Amino acid sequence: MKRQKNKLAGLQRRKAISGYLFIMPFIIGFLAFMVKPFCQSLYMSFCDVQLGAMTFKPVWNGLFNYNYAFRVDPEYTRLLTEELSRMAIYSVSIMVFSFFVALILNQKFHGRALVRSIFFLPVILASGVMLKLDSENSLMNAVAQTVELNAQGTTGITDAIQNILRTSGVGVRAFEELFEVIDNIYDVAISSGIQIIIFLSGLQTISPSMYEAADIEGCTKWESLWKITFPMVSSLFLVNWIYTVIDFCMRSDNEIIEKITNLMNINLNYGYASAMSWAYFLLVMLIVGASTFIISKGVYYYE
Amino acid sequence: MSKAKTGKYTNFWERNKKSGGYLLRRTVMQYGVSICRAVLLFGLCFLILQPLLNKISVSFMTEGDLYDPIVTSIPLHFTTQNYRLAGGLMEYGTTLLHSLIIAVTVSLIQVSMCTLVGYGFARFQFPLKKFWFACVMAVVLIPPQVISTSLNLHFRFFDVLGIIELVSGSTLNLKSSVVPYYLMSFGCMGLKNGLYIFMIRQFFRNLPKELEEAAYVDGCGTLRTFIRIMLPDAKPILTSCFLFAFVWQWTDGFYSSMFLGNISLLSIKLKQLPDTFGAYLARVSGLGSSAGVSVPYSNCMLATGTLMVIMPLVVLYLFAQKGFVESLSSTGIKM
Repeated sequence: MKRQKNKLAGLQRRKAISGYLFIMPFIIGFLAFMVKPFCQSLYMSFCDVQLGAMTFKPVWNGLFNYNYAFRVDPEYTRLLTEELSRMAIYSVSIMVFSFFVALILNQKFHGRALVRSIFFLPVILASGVMLKLDSENSLMNAVAQTVELNAQGTTGITDAIQNILRTSGVGVRAFEELFEVIDNIYDVAISSGIQIIIFLSGLQTISPSMYEAADIEGCTKWESLWKITFPMVSSLFLVNWIYTVIDFCMRSDNEIIEKITNLMNINLNYGYASAMSWAYFLLVMLIVGASTFIISKGVYYYE
Repeated sequence: MSKAKTGKYTNFWERNKKSGGYLLRRTVMQYGVSICRAVLLFGLCFLILQPLLNKISVSFMTEGDLYDPIVTSIPLHFTTQNYRLAGGLMEYGTTLLHSLIIAVTVSLIQVSMCTLVGYGFARFQFPLKKFWFACVMAVVLIPPQVISTSLNLHFRFFDVLGIIELVSGSTLNLKSSVVPYYLMSFGCMGLKNGLYIFMIRQFFRNLPKELEEAAYVDGCGTLRTFIRIMLPDAKPILTSCFLFAFVWQWTDGFYSSMFLGNISLLSIKLKQLPDTFGAYLARVSGLGSSAGVSVPYSNCMLATGTLMVIMPLVVLYLFAQKGFVESLSSTGIKM
């Protein structure tokens, strides 16, 4: 009896060892290419890094870099607030848009496969450097504008609505933000491919019998959207929110990242670049943490 | 009984009358919804496809067409000159080959390493498992830009525990060579690798345990079980991860410009295209670099270049569309 137990323990130990062997690449990579650079860049952000011919020497100078970033550099704080507010607005609209599109794409209609593949196309075509090059291409913007104007006369319907709302003067500031998002709906549409797929996969796991039961009880479609669909995919809202925010930080048209990269590659000012990226990273993490905490309060887990 | 009853009222209006107007309301509602949906979806699809279509139409225009206010989408003088010029400026042949080699090898390494790790997390119990998985999540969450400064220095003055300096007297400069990026790929630290680990782990967790147990009982080792039993089952998720890795590597500008600066890759060449084009025009026209290039023409060149870069991806997507979309939704991402 005792021997058998030992043997089991031996098997478990063997399995634990092979488990460690399996994840060994990750552990080595994590320690060498994540933890070490992570700590080093934190340390460097408090230093003035002097590059020599064969080596580099960080010289400790306390909070100087951070002070410089926030109180001297004319660009950094402006870019920081701009990017963070853009991130907040865009992330929210991406969430709303992708949930809405996923709801539509989950219905049955002709040509659904085609529409799905078109919505997913931007994941491939608007990744990496493409995004930035596209937004800078003024010729394409001009062509797009001409097409829009030809299609809807000289004043678009959005312009008309905008004018009406502006003259009536209700909540001007909020509307301005909303209009900005609507004008840039293309940006929202091309960055919500993955989110749509995640929502779709969630919607497909909801069993149709729930809707059937609700229908029989006299529930309208609108009610069942809020009482069934919404709670059932609420955990995916959390996943998508985190993904969207993080994805936004890594976009190639993010101006802060651009500034940091330039500073590093051209000016070789590693200490200051580290400080700026750390400040940005901490702020983003703070936002992610706070919003995750708030969203996770409302998440409903159905098991 | 009921069949005979419905058979009696074959006319739509009679049936409508019988149902008290409900049938008409429902049918109108149904058609209304599907028309609205069709209009909405058409608009959104057009929105997404429009830049692509614009690029295609612009890329066939001559320079004169670009300034012509009458010409918007259909070129007046059809030409393929732009493609030849952009191809020549980007050295399309060699660059394409380099990009292909780098993207395929890097994504192969990344996916195979991530599969090992994902399988380890899905099927083995070992101490500190939760901690290491939290580390995976940290890798997903930490933008690589945060550590880019020190990674740069790390590879500029590369050394393994001081051994290299001891042997050759100085540290290695690995920056602007391929080695660092391969090393990082082997360590699962490449572009979005945390995400792949997460997806693969999720997939393996949903496979039935009995398969493995049967293999163990028959005397199969862990590695052999993994290769012979589990890998063939994981084909869909592996293709999907490979496709993502390939595509994202193809268009990536961040890691490429950081580590692979000396190797001509499509994404880098594309970024530099407006500059090279300006230099080329200045050289051809014999004027100094101060002559300047007309903005529309250089943008037209950029659009053509972009099309040439994404063309392989579009072809890949058309053939392997299922691999992208279906398997991602089959993993059942949950938190």
